[in-house]
Amino acid sequence: MSTPATAHEILIVSIARLLRGTRHVAVGAASPIPAAGAMLARALAGTKGGPKLRLSILGSVAHNFFTNGSTELFDCAAQGRIDAFFLGGGQIDGSGNVNLVGVGDYPEGKVRWPGSFGSAFLYFQIPRVILFREEHTPRVMVEKVDFISAPGVSSEGIWRKGGPHALLTGKGLFGFDAARPGFHLKTLHSSHTLEDVTAATGFRFSHDSDTPETPPPDAATLALIRGRITEELHESYPDFAATLRNTSLPSPLKEPSS
Amino acid sequence: MQDPLDRLAAQITSGMKLAVPVNYGGVPMALTRVIIAAGVHDLHLVCVPTGGMQVDMMIGAGLVKTVETSAVSLGEAGGAPQFNAAVRAGRVAMMDATCPAIHAGLLAAQKGVPFVPIRGLMETDVLANRPDWRVINNPMADGTGDDPIVLIPAIHPDAAIFHAPMADRFGNVWIGRRRELAAMAYSSQTTLVTVERMFDGDLMADEMTAAGTLPALYVTDVAVATRGAWPLCLWDEYEGDVAEQHRYAQAARTPEGFAAYMASDVQAGAA
Repeated sequence: MSTPATAHEILIVSIARLLRGTRHVAVGAASPIPAAGAMLARALAGTKGGPKLRLSILGSVAHNFFTNGSTELFDCAAQGRIDAFFLGGGQIDGSGNVNLVGVGDYPEGKVRWPGSFGSAFLYFQIPRVILFREEHTPRVMVEKVDFISAPGVSSEGIWRKGGPHALLTGKGLFGFDAARPGFHLKTLHSSHTLEDVTAATGFRFSHDSDTPETPPPDAATLALIRGRITEELHESYPDFAATLRNTSLPSPLKEPSS
Repeated sequence: MQDPLDRLAAQITSGMKLAVPVNYGGVPMALTRVIIAAGVHDLHLVCVPTGGMQVDMMIGAGLVKTVETSAVSLGEAGGAPQFNAAVRAGRVAMMDATCPAIHAGLLAAQKGVPFVPIRGLMETDVLANRPDWRVINNPMADGTGDDPIVLIPAIHPDAAIFHAPMADRFGNVWIGRRRELAAMAYSSQTTLVTVERMFDGDLMADEMTAAGTLPALYVTDVAVATRGAWPLCLWDEYEGDVAEQHRYAQAARTPEGFAAYMASDVQAGAA
């Protein structure tokens, strides 16, 4: 028997599900779990004989087919050739606003984070932006962000063809409704409850009367994560690949037949 | 004979606007150590489009007055401690950007035009804090109603520095698919390049190498620096030294740790 799916593996399979039906997914820098989820989505699309899924992983040589330098990702998005992308956020608020810059009064605030990266552009361009942040606490999931790196919705008359599609955290998965705007809790990861998510969330969100559990990966998918995906990750994320190896004992399961 | 890295470093002077590459895109770490040892100051760094360990070290060592960037981080090794501390203390002036805006500014310089328009950015605090960027109503809009669009002014660095796998004796530099290095060179007055090795021949003579070559026309000076991006990676030439990156990240959390790291690192670079 293999060991049950770890919390990271639940996140990876959740990302792969969110990417179903996409043709080209881009993954930014410093995003090992989104990269793993996207690699899994690509592997699953391949085994199911569906349309081919292309990945562009920044910082990778093997999983990146751009030849026009680091500007090509943004040009490609502007041409409508990227279906899905990931954004993190030091703070994420209930309107889908993302803050990657810092806490307190800009610029000399209490906390400084790296910066906005491409978010201020890509959030407007890419149809399926998945907000991913493992830490789900009131300091991350805030009522209102201190600095808008990228806004969840835009005023009428502002050019926009992309935006938030989902919010995936260490506790659960939310959908986004741009009309309200606001998040809707769709599933809870194993061992988490609505009460615990509500207490950890600084913004109001909607939910059904009974929220289902996030389904774990099936045995074949889990074997794929522990085999091929871990190998593919090593080039760009050696540290994280090592973590995946260490937290999941070697599985006796056979590789899935294609 | 003068050390070739000293010769390159001597061309970086205080107050310059300096373009530097992304953390995984050919960072001239060996040259950076020599520039730090030379003690220039008041640099305006333009990160193309983000910065990493190099930028963090230059800020920590007091070389930097202004940082124009979309982000500064040590990648898998975490946040950039010296950058973060300097911003919080107001020791560096921030020009927060977004990656395609940096590319747009270089593109404008490359084409010799005053600005390039880009989408996005509207109603962000990035835009709100960049008085040098302008919003106009799209003059080409065919519909009714306004269509606001952001103009990014040309970025003209005094110098660009980067590390690449090889150059030939004519001054041509092979950059492969890292075209943003070419964009940095096109837009800069001076381009200083370190390489792993010299190519025996003419990179422009063969179509296979010429396509990935930055011609000598745009290159001011070249020096060999073997493993010159260490402890960062150089594309598929060598992987980053993850342990060393973590060692820096840990040390740089305090002023004393940073100073001790730099003292040992500069010595290692000089050895």
